Amino acid sequence: MIDRGYYGTFGGAFVPEILTVTFDELEAEFRKLKKDPGFWQEYSDLMASYSCRPTPLTYAENLTHYFQGAKIYIKREDLNHTGAHKANNVMGQGLLVKRMGKTRVIAETGAGQHGVATATMAAKFGFDCTIYMGEVDVKRQRPNVFWMEQMGATVVPVTDGTRILKDAINEAFRDWVSHMDTTHYVLGTACGPHPFPEMVSYFQSIIGKEARKQILETESRLPTRVYACVGGGSNAMGIFSGFPDDGVECVGVEAAGHGLSSGKHASRLCADDASVGVAQGYKTYFLQDSDGQMKETHSIAAGLDYVGVSPILSQMHDQGKARFEAATDVEVIEALKLTMVKEGIIPALESAHAFAQAFKEAPTLSKDDIIIINQSGRGDKDIFTIADAIGDPSWKQFIMEKAGEYHA
Amino acid sequence: MLENYIKERLKSKEILLMTHIVMGYPSFDDSMAMVEQMVEAGVDLMELQIPFSEPMADGPVILGANQKALDRGARVERCFEFAQEAAARFDIPFLFMTYYNILFKYGVENFAARMAAIGLKGAIVPDLPPEEGKDYIAAMEKEGLCPIHIFSPTTTDQRMAYLSSQTQGFVYCMARKGVTGKETQFASDLGEYLARCRKMTELPLAVGFGVKDRSDVEFLKGKADIAVVGSQTIRVVDEEGIMAAGQFVKNLA
Repeated sequence: MIDRGYYGTFGGAFVPEILTVTFDELEAEFRKLKKDPGFWQEYSDLMASYSCRPTPLTYAENLTHYFQGAKIYIKREDLNHTGAHKANNVMGQGLLVKRMGKTRVIAETGAGQHGVATATMAAKFGFDCTIYMGEVDVKRQRPNVFWMEQMGATVVPVTDGTRILKDAINEAFRDWVSHMDTTHYVLGTACGPHPFPEMVSYFQSIIGKEARKQILETESRLPTRVYACVGGGSNAMGIFSGFPDDGVECVGVEAAGHGLSSGKHASRLCADDASVGVAQGYKTYFLQDSDGQMKETHSIAAGLDYVGVSPILSQMHDQGKARFEAATDVEVIEALKLTMVKEGIIPALESAHAFAQAFKEAPTLSKDDIIIINQSGRGDKDIFTIADAIGDPSWKQFIMEKAGEYHA
Repeated sequence: MLENYIKERLKSKEILLMTHIVMGYPSFDDSMAMVEQMVEAGVDLMELQIPFSEPMADGPVILGANQKALDRGARVERCFEFAQEAAARFDIPFLFMTYYNILFKYGVENFAARMAAIGLKGAIVPDLPPEEGKDYIAAMEKEGLCPIHIFSPTTTDQRMAYLSSQTQGFVYCMARKGVTGKETQFASDLGEYLARCRKMTELPLAVGFGVKDRSDVEFLKGKADIAVVGSQTIRVVDEEGIMAAGQFVKNLA
């Protein structure tokens, strides 16, 4: 591997020897694809016919009036097929897998969105598919497990470690080192060893390209701020990449869980208990102890519940090229409720972090300012978690009755 | 120094034996009892694994041992103390095996200096390819320690030559793809691969991943210099107790 994918001091490729050849091949194929003048068109056409792209940029008129500050736009990644921006990355990697001639794909998933997207892609392209998912996440995202299995994927609950996203990634790597001849690991976010951070960001850049074009068409000027939630960081990389301009501030919003000082959060760039380390094949900020053991993370949003963060975002953080904030579980639920009643839009719990931060800042901006919130996914998948958080009594009644039917 | 020890021993033994324990599993006392028994049973070298929360290259057995050791409070400092005692009490070379973040957080230079001070001989860090480990290799060399790199069946000849140039003591050859502790076919493919390894390095060859009984060790005689038994030791101890470790090792050779 000639280029090891460093972003300042972050990134790299800390891969076991057995995968060296596989990574060399992946890097070479990705370079070829990126240079292929026809590829981006092939990719955009696929996304147009299969995943409703370009996704709309919706003017949130009611929220704008409610906050009496900046003009609020929402980039609707929730309207992708399978309901999240994950489709962008997965279909891009699917085209790559076809070029490489591999026949099987594996993936990790936290919220289940990446797993569902991968299972969809595998069904469409005729690949075998295995999805690794932490046991905790299997429980909180059952509907996604159901759909993955219906589309022919095998879902393996991971019972090791903290039984969430990072453990699913370890298990996917363990599968990969045994089956790399036939198998490609469709990593779901802009993390992991090089070339994954670059590759995933490249496919997700379709979000930023569209959003930039759309806002210029509608408003003839650029936004003041762009908001995105940050788990691994792929949707943030996607939209930020469209606005590299000096005048646009990119704001990444992490999961503050029960609060940054509670020890129960998933904030790597805003919290004091994160530090630079090397795990899962790359160097970045991790939530770890002084020995270098990874800590347990917490977020109401399974897709943000991760110990590491994209090395590209770590560099942007250190260079001040993006600002990072964190929203608590409670703030997120409030932002979600408000968005539903004001706009009739249901953001995913992950995306609602970006909304929460944008809502804190919108009233402090002027009416001449424009902000864009990246709605990375739709919230329907979170119905059980959201219903619990809201404490809706008739929903509870429905679930109990439904359970009763199964007992009968 | 480690290389000389291995070559010297090979004059009186057809193949050497290296075993692997996870420090702190099932407990530090039990770990020390295992070392004692294995040394008495004639083990030639030992790998002491510092547990890590994300042991990506390890299969279920060693992964489980890592987690349980950490759950029971195994800290890096305690592992250094353990290794110091083992190296002082027993007259065989001890190596650390762990993942790079443990060294990185401790500080690579300090880590190497501490290893040298307590009498360890080298380290195996499976998620640190030499391209990423220049500081590590320099620090190990400065302290007279052996950075041990890994050959795999997918490693090209050219890369084997490069890895060998960055390695001291011996080369660790993975017997197959995959993670530790799964079944390995000890068959002609493996023989051809080991012949290729032999051609590409002058260093002694250790072979691990799936080595579990006497017939596996027998197969490796004449093809490699060190048989590495890792997961199976832990399995035996899990099933039959600490005191079974010595007999298990005696049965291997």
